Amino acid sequence: MTAPASIDEVERRLRERRYIGDRGLATSIFLALKLEKPLFIEGEAGVGKTEAAKVMAEVLGARLIRLQCYEGIDLAHAVYEWNYPRQLLHIRLLGEGEDRRTAEREIFSSEFLLRRPLLDAIDNDDPTPPVLLIDEIDRSDEEFEAFLLELLSDFQVSIPEIGTIKAKQTPFVVITSNRTREVHDALKRRCLYHWIDYPNLEKEVEIVRARAPEAAEGLAREVAALVQGLRSMELYKVPGVAETLDWARSLAALGATRIDAALVDATLGAALKYQEDLERIREQVPALVEKARGA
Amino acid sequence: MPDRPDLLPRLGAFARLLHDAGLEAGPRRLTDATRALTFIDIKKEADFRSALRTAFVSRKDDIATFEAAFDIFWAPPNPRATAGVMPGRTRSLPLSPERAVVWSNALGLSSSQMNRQQDTSIVPETSSGYSAEELLRHKDFDAMTWQETEQVRRLLEQAPWRVAERRTRRLRSARSGSIDLRRTARHAIRSSGELVRLFRRRPRLRRRPLVLVCDVSGSMERYSRLLMIFAHAIARREDLEAFVFSTRLTRITRLLRQRDLDRALASVSKGVHDFSGGTRIGDALADFNRHWARRVLGHGAVVIIISDGWDRGDPSQLTAELMHLRRSAHRLIWLNPLLGSKGYEPLTRGMVAALPYCDDFLAAHNVQALDDLGRMLAGLDRRSARR
Repeated sequence: MTAPASIDEVERRLRERRYIGDRGLATSIFLALKLEKPLFIEGEAGVGKTEAAKVMAEVLGARLIRLQCYEGIDLAHAVYEWNYPRQLLHIRLLGEGEDRRTAEREIFSSEFLLRRPLLDAIDNDDPTPPVLLIDEIDRSDEEFEAFLLELLSDFQVSIPEIGTIKAKQTPFVVITSNRTREVHDALKRRCLYHWIDYPNLEKEVEIVRARAPEAAEGLAREVAALVQGLRSMELYKVPGVAETLDWARSLAALGATRIDAALVDATLGAALKYQEDLERIREQVPALVEKARGA
Repeated sequence: MPDRPDLLPRLGAFARLLHDAGLEAGPRRLTDATRALTFIDIKKEADFRSALRTAFVSRKDDIATFEAAFDIFWAPPNPRATAGVMPGRTRSLPLSPERAVVWSNALGLSSSQMNRQQDTSIVPETSSGYSAEELLRHKDFDAMTWQETEQVRRLLEQAPWRVAERRTRRLRSARSGSIDLRRTARHAIRSSGELVRLFRRRPRLRRRPLVLVCDVSGSMERYSRLLMIFAHAIARREDLEAFVFSTRLTRITRLLRQRDLDRALASVSKGVHDFSGGTRIGDALADFNRHWARRVLGHGAVVIIISDGWDRGDPSQLTAELMHLRRSAHRLIWLNPLLGSKGYEPLTRGMVAALPYCDDFLAAHNVQALDDLGRMLAGLDRRSARR
């Protein structure tokens, strides 16, 4: 599939794959592709950061390579690792007389290399450059960030036993962060940036319609309105779009076509994930439902 | 941009404007922005705006400032018509009231509200010696002269303690610990597959992050300056997130990062608009719990609240917020400058509500007390679970 030629086309293709984003996101994606720069996406939990990367892979007809970050992630998990058990086995099976040098060259060849996502993203024969999703980078630590910085500047990796591997084609890199920690400026400087905000009511209804088609139109609108109301209520954990979708699906599964106080009360856990929030909102359910039904 | 030869210098001027407003708008970003504009239709205002935003902004907190700068610099909306016309000559600022506030804050246009204690009485220079220093260590902050605060600053900067470390999930090689299979196997291969030597590794240590939430309301006024000096001194060497509150919460982490103390304090007083106002601790902590906790309490952070506990808010709210905060922090410490005064008992409504939920309740009225705090921070447990 050819790369999109305009912002309009990015927007259209995202929409075709049922990703309803705003024009700003489409602009950032389009420019990241054109400038061949990584795209750094931030936003609260559940606004569709990861989904944006997944859908982009579909849009580009490219393979999605995903690296989930966590504290302590190191090169052996992110880039490559030698398959030590196999190497050991191989060396033990060698006869006495065989040349050690040749053997070593053999076991440090690509056949014994375990390729992790970052190496895979750089060194592949894909017809279209893959989409590399570096998910939740805020969970990793500074050491890993420093390494990424290097990788993203020249898209090459050196493996002492093999040599330097340079990307034949630049992958489309999407980095996401939930902001549980401030990511270093040096890394952000290499990227284009986009903040995904919560959608407004109309957008959110559209998203529910696209992603949870089993929810009837009236239900979709009321659930979206309900969540919009909850977002303005100073909660410990504000529900994201993912929660709206879960909620709409749960209600649809219960056969609801409209919301009412009893249904909302029974399914409130789909949207609120903290006990304190649940307790506080429970008291206000009838009023919230009434307001959402009027929206 | 062949059709817009005049756009480049304007873009440069816009980058300078963003820079003045505190955004990082260096040459790399300017280059990105320039290149970005060649790919879009700059007659479409929304796209033009998004393109510049995605190139110049890299954190959410800067978005509002960017939008205000954009409104001012590229207004009215059609960039083709009057791109780069600076406001203020014939038009009033083309800004919504909210953006105008963001903008004046970014440029520090609002008047400073932090009253510095300008002590004009001249105090004879004490001979620098152990005993003089010792005296100063025990002198109450609210009785200090300007000159003494300068000496306190030096004492704080040289304080010997560092915050304790915690175990991270990253492993590094060590003499003892769990077996490092990778290195062991690697070595075995070199010796024809024989396990000749075992390599080991253990978790790497990292200093715990500190989060300071400091009351700067009217009743704390006497201590505000010294506590800001304290915050600046810690920010120089520890991983510190700092907030101040009186009627509302303001994050001052980035303001404290400036090396020069006076400049840092000046930007704090510029950036905080309710110094010496009333106190609503519960509201401030509610704000913290909802908007900042997830961002700054990772990695086993230690939270320090500094306040005298004079609270005009609802004590049950304070209790609820402290309970929540205590669960997300590794340790919750309350510093009260009044605890140092003779005969003080924590009987204010706020303190009574707060005490059961704090892990430590310590004084903060002189250098000695802050040193004690430092020693406590240095002795914290490496493990993560505590309660």
